[in-house]
Amino acid sequence: MGNMSQHERKFKRRSMLYIPGNNPGMLQQGAVYGADGVLLDLEDAVALNQKDAARILVRHMLQNLDYSGCEVTVRINHLDTPFGRKDLEEMVPLQPDALRLPKVETVESLQETLKIIEQIEDEHGLPHDQMKVHAMIETALGVQNVYEIAGCSPRIDAISIGGQDLAADMQLVKSNDGIGIDYARKQIVMAAKARRIDVFDTVYVDVDDEEGLRDVTEYIKKLGFTGKAVINPRQVEIVNSVFTPTEAEIRKAVRVYKAFERNKKEGIGVFAVDGKMVDAPVVQRAIRVLEMADIELDTL
Amino acid sequence: MKNALGIEIPEYIEGMGALEPYKGAWEKLQKGWMDETTVPPPNKAKMPHASKMCETLKDAILKADPHDGMTVSFHHHLRSGDGILVEAIKILAELGIKDITLASSSLTSAHDPILPYLKDGTITGIWSSGIRGELGKAIAEGVLPKPVVIHSHGGRVRDVHTGRIRIDLAILAASAADCEGNATGSHGPSAFGSMGYAAIDSWYAKQVVVVTDNLVDYPCVPPSIRQNYVDYVVKVDSIGDPTKIASGTTRITKSPMDLQIARLAAKAIIASDSFKQGFSFQVGAGGASLAVAKFIREAMKEKEVKGSFLLGGVTSYCVDMLNEGLFNSIFDVQSFDAAVSSSLLNNAYHIEIPAGLYANPFNCGCMTNKLDIVVLGALEVDTDFNVNVITGSEGAVRGASGGHSDTASGANLTVVVCPSFRGRIPIVKKQVHTVVTPGETIDVVVTERGICVNPRRPELRKSLEEAGLPVKDIEVLAEEVEKITGKSKDIECEDRIVGLVEYRDGTIIDVIRQVKQL
Repeated sequence: MGNMSQHERKFKRRSMLYIPGNNPGMLQQGAVYGADGVLLDLEDAVALNQKDAARILVRHMLQNLDYSGCEVTVRINHLDTPFGRKDLEEMVPLQPDALRLPKVETVESLQETLKIIEQIEDEHGLPHDQMKVHAMIETALGVQNVYEIAGCSPRIDAISIGGQDLAADMQLVKSNDGIGIDYARKQIVMAAKARRIDVFDTVYVDVDDEEGLRDVTEYIKKLGFTGKAVINPRQVEIVNSVFTPTEAEIRKAVRVYKAFERNKKEGIGVFAVDGKMVDAPVVQRAIRVLEMADIELDTL
Repeated sequence: MKNALGIEIPEYIEGMGALEPYKGAWEKLQKGWMDETTVPPPNKAKMPHASKMCETLKDAILKADPHDGMTVSFHHHLRSGDGILVEAIKILAELGIKDITLASSSLTSAHDPILPYLKDGTITGIWSSGIRGELGKAIAEGVLPKPVVIHSHGGRVRDVHTGRIRIDLAILAASAADCEGNATGSHGPSAFGSMGYAAIDSWYAKQVVVVTDNLVDYPCVPPSIRQNYVDYVVKVDSIGDPTKIASGTTRITKSPMDLQIARLAAKAIIASDSFKQGFSFQVGAGGASLAVAKFIREAMKEKEVKGSFLLGGVTSYCVDMLNEGLFNSIFDVQSFDAAVSSSLLNNAYHIEIPAGLYANPFNCGCMTNKLDIVVLGALEVDTDFNVNVITGSEGAVRGASGGHSDTASGANLTVVVCPSFRGRIPIVKKQVHTVVTPGETIDVVVTERGICVNPRRPELRKSLEEAGLPVKDIEVLAEEVEKITGKSKDIECEDRIVGLVEYRDGTIIDVIRQVKQL
């Protein structure tokens, strides 16, 4: 569902923690690390000979485990693989909060997948508007088509960039600075913003480099990403803290919002707070900060 | 008879005498003195220039009047690298000595090799703050004729003062010593830091033998053990395995679970009114406990809070905080890693203290009484906040009381950190198998699934809730855990008592029963 504000949605989306679908210990503990969402992975984190085991385990976990407070997304295998179809058949009836589809490249192939999802939902008497779909953009072709992909169904609730696969597809030499995928990041953010949906950044693979993770998270926050996928629970706190407004930011936002409410009554649209001009976009940004800080506007 | 926790305690045990049931954490202290009388220290004399040096450890033991039924004591500052305790017991066994009571301040897996001497009647009783490995398993299976007694570090000092432990022979390893017996752990190739637990043995044992692999010119400074208490000195090739004595630099855990628990615990501490200018702090060396220190250290820097003293088992992490000026001083009863020794030797604000000053409740005030905040671990916690740190999920003795109950009783804010379950074993549960530290001395239990505040501390609960922390009732958490792990079966036990858990004031807080053989 496009254009949904943080408030209308059940979950924040700062950090999404990947959990290998074949690791019972991690699946069991996934919700306790403070991540806003868990990504139960049937795809790249699972070896070929473990695919069945992972699917069975994730199915049981979804049926029995309480992930309350966490958005639950399952990443399935691509439909071109021998596992994708089976993944859909097993996961769709369980209606996690969302499915994450890897390597989405064209609207046509995406529509085909969405059709299968609807068929399975019909078979189980399930509605078509509950479970969301996240499209992963992981190839150059996907990047070129991202605006169409992001808008092809109200079900597409978010898109994300898969940095590792994209770098491989683009035949980039290995580098830590992210220069090679920078254009793609910006293109994907722009498409998401144009379609009014959320957009997630790729994982940071060096789990011991906390400073590096913080730097890149600050960078992608400035680009406009909603949040970031993480591969280790130790990364959650860093990503969350970058995406959580600071006390100074919150105080400023409160002043802006209060001034806006005061001036609105008197019909004034442009005014000054702390000596700086405030107009509609500034107010919108302040509201966004307050939402991220869990502050209800009517309590101000 | 039942103690204050409702646990059945025998009135009398053959060979050990009458037992007093636990009455409450501070019940026995209120009078201002101890009911039991104290025993006098031994009466000794030495001629001028008489040599204390012995050729071998066996020679020293032979001079020290070995006899059946004797009590032999050791300290555990060499941790899992200790080579002296096993060696001494072997010698006593070879001499045909039977019915020995072993009174080591703690026992580690390095002491597994004495198991045959528990089976053949050489050793028939044990007093210790901790027992692990094969010994702990065998004891739970009933290998000894008498129950072992698990005491706290502070409680051991009281046991010696009152004569419940009457040490005939103390064999004290040191990393440096001179010919008169002045001894230290703060330098030498096998340096291990503080000798805090050994002091009481040197003062009260009928015979004291200092063993070192590093005989230095007289006088050995700084003397942790002083010559006027030492009868004999032995130079040996090795007092143990230095790589295991110095467990290495204490590193902060990388376990996401421990870090998550530690982060929550630090937030709880910071939200409490105990985190303030001049606060005192103790934290263990275990995974989540030490990680709490990491987050507290960061918060102290950020909020410009300066503490007064660090206490207890000391890690190099504590030393770093002292050197950064975050704390004014360290009082060190036991050093956990090699880097600590040089600080102890060279920094006047890093002070070695004996166990009595550290934690014995029966004096004019031990240092645990001055603690603001302590962070402790747990094997199990129950919904009354009672903590088990001694028996494992299979009923074996596999832990240590250590300073757990001492610090919990003293600190303003006692924080227990533990996962809510390990593997499929619940940690937070309705009833612990063995109570070591009573719930009335525990303020907060922090797990990955939330923070439980003792109902005795409603104001603390309010502070934590106001800070937006995930506070929940411990009964609710225990139920949540049971939903995940299923209800665990109680450990099946015989009636026979194989261990007594002595509270720091000398009363009996719980018993350990023999595990039923499957």
